Amino acid sequence: MIQILFFARFREELGVASEQLELDGLSSIGDLLEALCGRGDAWARLFAEDQRVMMAVNQELADRNTILKAGDEVAFFPPVTGG
Amino acid sequence: MNSVSIQADPLDPNHEVDLLRGNDPSIGAVVTFIGLMRDINEGDRVEGLYLEHYPGMTERALQKIVDEANNRWEIQHCRVVHRVGALSPTEPIVLVAVASRHRKEAFLACEFIIDYLKTKAPFWKKETTAEGERWVDARESDDTATLQWQKDD
Repeated sequence: MIQILFFARFREELGVASEQLELDGLSSIGDLLEALCGRGDAWARLFAEDQRVMMAVNQELADRNTILKAGDEVAFFPPVTGG
Repeated sequence: MNSVSIQADPLDPNHEVDLLRGNDPSIGAVVTFIGLMRDINEGDRVEGLYLEHYPGMTERALQKIVDEANNRWEIQHCRVVHRVGALSPTEPIVLVAVASRHRKEAFLACEFIIDYLKTKAPFWKKETTAEGERWVDARESDDTATLQWQKDD
């Protein structure tokens, strides 16, 4: 089981702030993004390959190649705009 | 000494600089960057701003950035304070203050920290205009600014 968090525009457009998911064969962030994309609608639009998506695993910036393991906290968010 | 704070309360840059300096007589220079809320963006009047962040990761990301600045330059103290929540035009959004023996290191470290913060720390701005609310888009120029600090491996 992993915990997935969504922030800012992603949270609003998906209508969800967090969810729990069984890894079920998903080994990397790239696999997870593909699975989320497969849900269609806003998911497919936001997580399409040409979209700019930032991601973190256990609160450290990550990329599509980052390997997932049970208990991870994964987050997806739009490019950051602080400062 | 390095410290980072995320706060919903207004931030007072002068007070923060006083805290940073303390009574340390080895400091010869303090460089500060203060990011302020503008009342205009993309040609539209902006009435207010809401800053969202990722609690936990934000603090870690900022700490990592100031640690990296310490590795790269000889600096004495470093302080980053970032607002979250609702802000009005003219209010400070972020303060980066760096104290060092000599000015060069403080200038470089300060610019490095704000450039990295803008592309690596999980904050998002939502602004209110006459037409309603909208998320602020990231700027390509911020990515370019970050890239210039990347070392050749």
